[in-house]
Amino acid sequence: FSGAGGGNDIQWCFSQVKGAVDDDVAEADIISTVEFNHSGELLATGDKGGRVVIFQQEQENKTQSHSRGEYNVYSTFQSHEPEFDYLKSLEIEEKINKIRWLPQKNAAQFLLSTNDKTIKLWKISERDKRPEGYNLKEEDGRYRDPTTVTTLRVPVFRPMDLMVEASPRRIFANAHTYHINSISINSDYETYLSADDLRINLWHLEITDRSFNIVDIKPANMEELTEVITAAEFHPNSCSTFVYSSSKGTIRLCDMRASALCDRHSKLFEEPEDPSNRSFFSEIISSISDVKFSHSGRYMMTRDYLSVKIWDLNMENRPVETYQVHEYLRSKLCSLYENDCIFDKFECCWNGLDRQVEFFSVLHGSIVMTGSYNNFFRMFDRNSKRDVTLEASRENNKPRTVLKPRKVCASGKRKKDEISVDSLDFNKKILHTAWHPKENIIAVATTNNLYIFQDKMN
Amino acid sequence: MAAPLGTGALTEDTGQEKQDTQKEKTVPPERAEEAKLKAKYPNLGQKPGGSDFLRKRLQKGQKYFDSGDYNMAKAKVKNKQLPSAGPDKNLVTGDHIPTPQDLPQRKSSLVTSKLAG
Repeated sequence: FSGAGGGNDIQWCFSQVKGAVDDDVAEADIISTVEFNHSGELLATGDKGGRVVIFQQEQENKTQSHSRGEYNVYSTFQSHEPEFDYLKSLEIEEKINKIRWLPQKNAAQFLLSTNDKTIKLWKISERDKRPEGYNLKEEDGRYRDPTTVTTLRVPVFRPMDLMVEASPRRIFANAHTYHINSISINSDYETYLSADDLRINLWHLEITDRSFNIVDIKPANMEELTEVITAAEFHPNSCSTFVYSSSKGTIRLCDMRASALCDRHSKLFEEPEDPSNRSFFSEIISSISDVKFSHSGRYMMTRDYLSVKIWDLNMENRPVETYQVHEYLRSKLCSLYENDCIFDKFECCWNGLDRQVEFFSVLHGSIVMTGSYNNFFRMFDRNSKRDVTLEASRENNKPRTVLKPRKVCASGKRKKDEISVDSLDFNKKILHTAWHPKENIIAVATTNNLYIFQDKMN
Repeated sequence: MAAPLGTGALTEDTGQEKQDTQKEKTVPPERAEEAKLKAKYPNLGQKPGGSDFLRKRLQKGQKYFDSGDYNMAKAKVKNKQLPSAGPDKNLVTGDHIPTPQDLPQRKSSLVTSKLAG
């Protein structure tokens, strides 16, 4: 729907791109997570090298009404280091799997970042003043000879160049035997959950030496293992409710009031499978790679290899909507299995709330976005049922130029601007995307670059 | 199972493709792909999501080295070459002993992310 006209259609324009231009990508530079904070003013990225980079949106310039503020580097720090667990002979990657922001309570910002084993709470604070005029110290810090002090003065705070400091405030370690795939902050803003392949733990943000296990799907005999947990999220409004998805395409909703260990679900969401369509690949492509609640909490969205599904929490037996992301890949599954692409974990996200047109069109929950290959990403408008494919590429570099929709030719004769399935670059995957909570600004991560797109404001 | 990604283009046998488009009229694309895979790897197990596959996924990151085994193996083959790394560095079967070369190298110090540059 980009460029198609009509009041409700968003026209996406390139705004910024961050990262190196060179094709030779160092493994550490691979972006592994992208997340806006609750106001949208800050945008955090995590990478395979364990680093976090936070961008801050510029305050809107009154004279430059054509574009919303640009994002500039605000803070960067090493969140996790590579480790080796000698007892288990296990290499622990420093890759940041997820970042989740806490809502802002005071001047400082807080976020949780996690690798495979350890979750950390980081405090990001600003310092723009420093005390000057000490009696016993020179301005450069050297101590003065006390005998030369003849008068007393009161030190005062003077402005200084803004310094942004990140410090780890809590380290939540040693609670996960398997690899952490998700963290989710509860709506009580006091607790959060962390999920690995087989277990989900509940933490209190203030307490690091203890966590409660709330889901455990490890079978007594590992030979009987049939499914693993792939993602988990707390309900946005109900602090006792959370969901977790599995490698078999199911989602379980659990209520912590029902029992201490939520091994028995309150609801099980599963789409019945057509047995005649079952193949070797069926289970693999049904594995859910991401689950996200809508803001209202009435719906949730899941992403499996080929599609995005919207579920109504009141209906367990099938999704209310299904959107095909790249159905043309169904006839390429053999190759995608051989090159491991079939195991790629794509994320998905809901649109934010457009403050410009609050009562019309682009309300939250009306558009969903997800990535694909060849640096393509897809958006589905739930109301108009239209969809669009866009590309994150340095070729569309001019700000305020509307992105041209892309089209993949599945079979038959390829039209002029189309790209054939066999020409798609499967090394160029967009796994992580994020939508500003309040504006039509999106962040799209390619392998090692971060693209920011905005809608064209007229 | 992983083949190098190379240029990113999928390798397709065009002769097979023609056959498949005819087959696709009656056979769903997934089944056709399954047949292709089984033709290439006849020993492939029935259940892809089964316990072996999942357990391998859970074991990601496991590295093995036993200095006792390594030195015993070295002593056994005094005149011959030192045991060398097999094709799968993490596989410990039979006489294959993980060697110091198999161990993860200490990663070089990290620089600032290029996103912040």
